[in-house]
Amino acid sequence: MIRLLATCLLLLVSPGIQAQEATATLGTGARTLVMRSTTDIAIIQPALEAFLVSHPDMRIDYEQWGSNALYANALSACTGETPAADAVFSSAVHQMVDLVNSACASSYRSGLTQALPSARRWRDELWGLTEEPTVLIYNRALVPADDVPGNRFELLDLMRQKPDAYRGKIATYDIAASGLGYLYAFSDSSEATTFGALLEGFARTQAVATCCSAEIIEAVSQGRYLLGYNVLGSYVQNAAPTNVGVILPEDYTMFLSRAYMIPRQARDPDAAAALLDFLLSVEGQGLLSRAGLIYPDDPSETGLLPSAKRFIALAPPLLVAVDRSNAETFLSVWNTAFPPVAVP
Amino acid sequence: MDSAARADFRQRSLTARVLRAVLALFLIGGVLLTLTAWMNGAQAARQAYDRLLLGAAADIAEAIRIQAGRPVVDLPSSAFELLAQAPDDRIAYAVRGPGNALLTGHPDAPPPRQDREGAPRLFDGEMQGEDARFAQFARRFAERDFSGVVTITIGQTTRARQAMALDLAVDALIPAVLAGIALLLSAFFVVRSALRPLQTIADDLRQRDPYDLTPMDTTEVPAEVGVIVNAMNGFMRRLERQVATMQNLISDTAHQLRTPVAAIRAQAEMAAETEPDVAARETFEQLAQRANTLGVLLDRLLSRALVIHRTDSAPRAPVDLRHVALEVIEARDHEVLAPDVEVELVVDEVPAVVRADEFSLVQAASNLLANALTHGRPPVRMGVVTSETVACLWVEDAGEGPDPDTLDRLGHRFERSASSRENGAGLGLSIVTAVAEAFDGRVEMEHREGSFRVSLCLPLAPEGEP
Repeated sequence: MIRLLATCLLLLVSPGIQAQEATATLGTGARTLVMRSTTDIAIIQPALEAFLVSHPDMRIDYEQWGSNALYANALSACTGETPAADAVFSSAVHQMVDLVNSACASSYRSGLTQALPSARRWRDELWGLTEEPTVLIYNRALVPADDVPGNRFELLDLMRQKPDAYRGKIATYDIAASGLGYLYAFSDSSEATTFGALLEGFARTQAVATCCSAEIIEAVSQGRYLLGYNVLGSYVQNAAPTNVGVILPEDYTMFLSRAYMIPRQARDPDAAAALLDFLLSVEGQGLLSRAGLIYPDDPSETGLLPSAKRFIALAPPLLVAVDRSNAETFLSVWNTAFPPVAVP
Repeated sequence: MDSAARADFRQRSLTARVLRAVLALFLIGGVLLTLTAWMNGAQAARQAYDRLLLGAAADIAEAIRIQAGRPVVDLPSSAFELLAQAPDDRIAYAVRGPGNALLTGHPDAPPPRQDREGAPRLFDGEMQGEDARFAQFARRFAERDFSGVVTITIGQTTRARQAMALDLAVDALIPAVLAGIALLLSAFFVVRSALRPLQTIADDLRQRDPYDLTPMDTTEVPAEVGVIVNAMNGFMRRLERQVATMQNLISDTAHQLRTPVAAIRAQAEMAAETEPDVAARETFEQLAQRANTLGVLLDRLLSRALVIHRTDSAPRAPVDLRHVALEVIEARDHEVLAPDVEVELVVDEVPAVVRADEFSLVQAASNLLANALTHGRPPVRMGVVTSETVACLWVEDAGEGPDPDTLDRLGHRFERSASSRENGAGLGLSIVTAVAEAFDGRVEMEHREGSFRVSLCLPLAPEGEP
């Protein structure tokens, strides 16, 4: 009943919600592992295939979902209304924290999970497998070198000083359509006071809120947008268009760790645990790193001071981001900057 | 002490009893302490985390504002940061307006109870089957466009509380366990050292001569044990007085009786000489004979009392056993008993010096000789042999010696066998035995080819002493 209410609510606030976007079956084994994830199949496929090499008896039914839809699905699975996946893997980690908080996850401990830092682990029921920065991207050809903002203050100044040049040319995540976008905006709002000014700047330049990272990157590459704010760095690296420049904002750069959960109703939790251990192993982490899901930790390479790194910890405070009342308030503020008609 | 007695002794060991009591105390105390420590820990953890819960509830209450006639919750992160002090606990919260209408949060958080309006309330509950603790906090609004109560219910599971309670309990228990072990060890050593004097007393008693009734040393003994030792010393004093009285009585009696017995003997001999009637003379002669025997017996009683007295009190001095043998032969007492028997002395050049009382040794040797003359068969020989550590004064006759049964019983005081009859052989041997024991020696009897030999063997005096 409760979950149903929550689901309805989500449907209300997320008109653009879709069910699974794509599916794939990997491997030929008899033992089926159903994995629901927000990650693009192409990105994670090499890691899953490597796992199947060492587990030939398994088969992975991979379903790619939008984060809000995946959250709604996991909540209904938690109450037994829909069949549960064996593993849920989402970038909207606040929703994952809420799922764990609602006792929808089963716990698992191993040496590898215990070795995770506390910000990437909660209750032995939720594990962060990746480390991905949130970046600012720009079109190298179309944005003059002097205009390229190194941090949010420079972005604000740019929007103030040249509103006409960038009118309708700045894109960011649509927080209504994407749980991850909401999480980013919410984290921004609690991180620094620049968020209010940013919204004001977005409104002045008639910035576009759209979904999702891959689309924004493509549009920036094509020149449809000049700047993209709060884009998943890993996707830029994967799409790898040479004309797109990447900036890790110097004032602070958020780092996200995609969260992995084994639902309480999972039919084969052992298989999900085996996959978890594989993805946390040196080999698995190496594959995720090669897929761009783990950002290199070397300051000389990233040019980012360690103090500017902000990890989004898998912890109870993320529950605030899921709160209904907060979401309503936040959306109303957001909608003043991005009138719904602005969505193309 | 044989093994059965030792086991019995151990069963009733005070150490074990005290240790068992201390251990029992320790166990009972341990259980009580564990319970107390756990309860204290649980209470401390509850208080600590209850404050966090109330703080979080107050935080949320603070963040409620009235907008367009209805309460709006601007859920503060700080409230959840506060609750994240219990990092692994799940959280449930609900903010409810008038009529318990849910403003935001989890609908399954326990509904508020309005019986104690306004006052914050803490209560136990459940969260998806897991134990949880809840705080309820109410905030009243009296605005132009909104008037009423908004209630915040916030709770979290109890993992952190349990972990903290366990930590506190363990922290409290570790020193207690260490103290308990120290107590046990110290009790063991204290009891052992307190009881050591008892063992010393027991050893002293065991090694004591049966006739040694001198008081025991009480200077090294604790006061509690000293009571027993004093009582024992008192008892021994009375016993000694009693024994001394008995000995005096015997020697006095023997002494007193000697004169009348000698008179009877003289009278009987005189009567026998003057009596014309043959039958009557024989009777008188027999009377004289019996009176003579009685005189010998009395002599021995007297000498035994003297010997016993002397072995207790006379200082030990170096004595050559050859001198003792010579003295006995030269005293020619044996000629009274057996006028016809010649006694041969067998000694060599080797000195046989022992530490003893010469008078007692002479008495013992003459008793040995008297026994041989009375019960044995001539020829009778007397001599001294020395080995490396022992010197033996022996008396030998050509007889069979007593039969083995008698041999076993010989040497006891007042032992009277058929062969000894009333002439005091048992008494004589008991003098020998008493002397042997008094000077750390022993009496040996052996059947040899056609002879029987009794030896009084004493340890040789250490060389270098005169």
